[in-house]
Amino acid sequence: MRRFFGLLSGDARSDRVVPPSGTTSHLTLFVAAAMGFLAVFALALAMTADRVADRWSDAQSQSATLRISGDAEQREARTAAVLDILGETPGIASSRPLTAEEQAALLAPWLGDDLPLGDLPLPQLIEVIAERPGYDTDALQQRLNDEVPGAVLDDHSGWRAPIVDAARGLRRLGVISLLLITGTMAATVTLAARATLAANAQVIEVLRLVGAEDRFVAGAFVRRLTVRALVGSGAGMVLGVLAVLLLPPGGETQGFLTEIGFGGLGWLAPLAVPVVTAVVAFVATGVAARQKLAEFS
Amino acid sequence: MIELEQVGFDYGGGALFGDVSLSLPAGSFHFLTGPSGSGKTTFLKLCYGALNPTKGRILAFGDDVAAATRDDMATLRRRIGVVHQDCRFLDHLPVADNIALPLTVSGRDLAQEQQNLTDLLGWVGLSERADAYPAELSGGERQRAALARAVILSPDVIIADEPTGNIDWDMSQRLLRLLVDLNSMGKTVLIASHDMSLIRAAKSEVQARVLRISNKQVQLAGADL
Ligand SMILES: Nc1ncnc2c1ncn2[C@@H]1O[C@H](COP(=O)(O)OP(=O)(O)O)[C@@H](O)[C@H]1O
Ligand SMILES: [Mg+2]
Repeated sequence: MRRFFGLLSGDARSDRVVPPSGTTSHLTLFVAAAMGFLAVFALALAMTADRVADRWSDAQSQSATLRISGDAEQREARTAAVLDILGETPGIASSRPLTAEEQAALLAPWLGDDLPLGDLPLPQLIEVIAERPGYDTDALQQRLNDEVPGAVLDDHSGWRAPIVDAARGLRRLGVISLLLITGTMAATVTLAARATLAANAQVIEVLRLVGAEDRFVAGAFVRRLTVRALVGSGAGMVLGVLAVLLLPPGGETQGFLTEIGFGGLGWLAPLAVPVVTAVVAFVATGVAARQKLAEFS
Repeated sequence: MIELEQVGFDYGGGALFGDVSLSLPAGSFHFLTGPSGSGKTTFLKLCYGALNPTKGRILAFGDDVAAATRDDMATLRRRIGVVHQDCRFLDHLPVADNIALPLTVSGRDLAQEQQNLTDLLGWVGLSERADAYPAELSGGERQRAALARAVILSPDVIIADEPTGNIDWDMSQRLLRLLVDLNSMGKTVLIASHDMSLIRAAKSEVQARVLRISNKQVQLAGADL
């Protein structure tokens, strides 16, 4: 690490021994910027997917719903029985029957809010909040089956599992993308370093002839290319973050698509993009330079 | 300073040198002569470690050059100043920076060496040309700049390959005098040249010896110049 910063802070005069270069340098800047931009998106995708997967797989923090069917009288009796059972079940923090208004509110998006719900034989819903660690879902369902007909426990796992799977899949894709971007960056910088070193064979020869150590020659090139990769990917990163910021906010709707971005300290994560790029460029150009230098006595 | 022990060399197309043993003592002044293509440049490269002998060994400052690591080689090149036949400048840097290049690559503090550089530019008569680029220099100016670069680290040995190759007589005399100056400061000097009149002129100024390449040998020439 000390070597890394030491090399990067080399003085301007020894940097001038490498002539200013044209196309290769612009292409490297461009590729670094593009990769920095893409890396921010891949990072946002991976981190969002991670949050979503975490949220939905954390079963204990989710509320479950108990549904009690039957006619009005049965419902009342069964609700009381169920609440008793829930009260005795270890691992349950609280349970509460939803009021008629709450049930109406749940249905309103589908059925409209002017429906005379009182006339419909709606099941009674009970919200169950678990403690940590939670309760034994299967045992509870078994007891309900035995003691209260028409009471069904739904812990949402049926529709939560595919969301969690999808989120984990996306997270994996994001991580793979980041690895590919890093690899592409390493390959590009290596190619750029090789091209620059080859174009400057005469310079390297003269430097060796006047008594430059390999470390000096390699350092001059490594610095040049590392700084370029750092600047390019820094610019790409800033643009990427702006683009993520400019994604339309989801407002009340809590969907994956409207959630893409960074949360809290997650906003610091993109800062790693230029740093990683610089380290990759540092290593890749160092290797390329040492290989090239072996050609000179 | 530099000793050759039974040195043979071959680029792959037949031996250029067979079995050369000689030494360049500290403070000596040698010319190396021979027809074009006889191996003068090759001999100098062997002396400053750009080539390794295919037979025998070469000692520079007492150490076997073939055994030098790459960093040792860099150190050796700072102790042997070389004026290359084609000068070898960095074309994108002005003359002063080219002359200061050995300082730059050895990490010297250039601010402290500024006086040294100014003196050196004056000594080779390039004070006015410090900011020019190598491509803007005349042949003689290039050779003098190359000499200045070769001596800026104050090396013990100075090797020059045809330093008067394509410059006029007056300029060659001037360059020769610079090399004689260096020798009088105690530097070991080795100059490859096929210009016999230059060598004759030098003999009146300095205790110079002449090495001649013939028959894959490098031998001291007699007084028959
Ligand atoms: N790098 C090389 N590879 C193969 N042959 C070479 C190389 N350099 C020089 N030669 C050959 O070695 C011989 C001596 O060359 P050189 O040392 O340059 O002679 P001089 O400096 O006396 O003119 C020449 O025949 C030349 O063609
Ligand atoms: Mg020659």
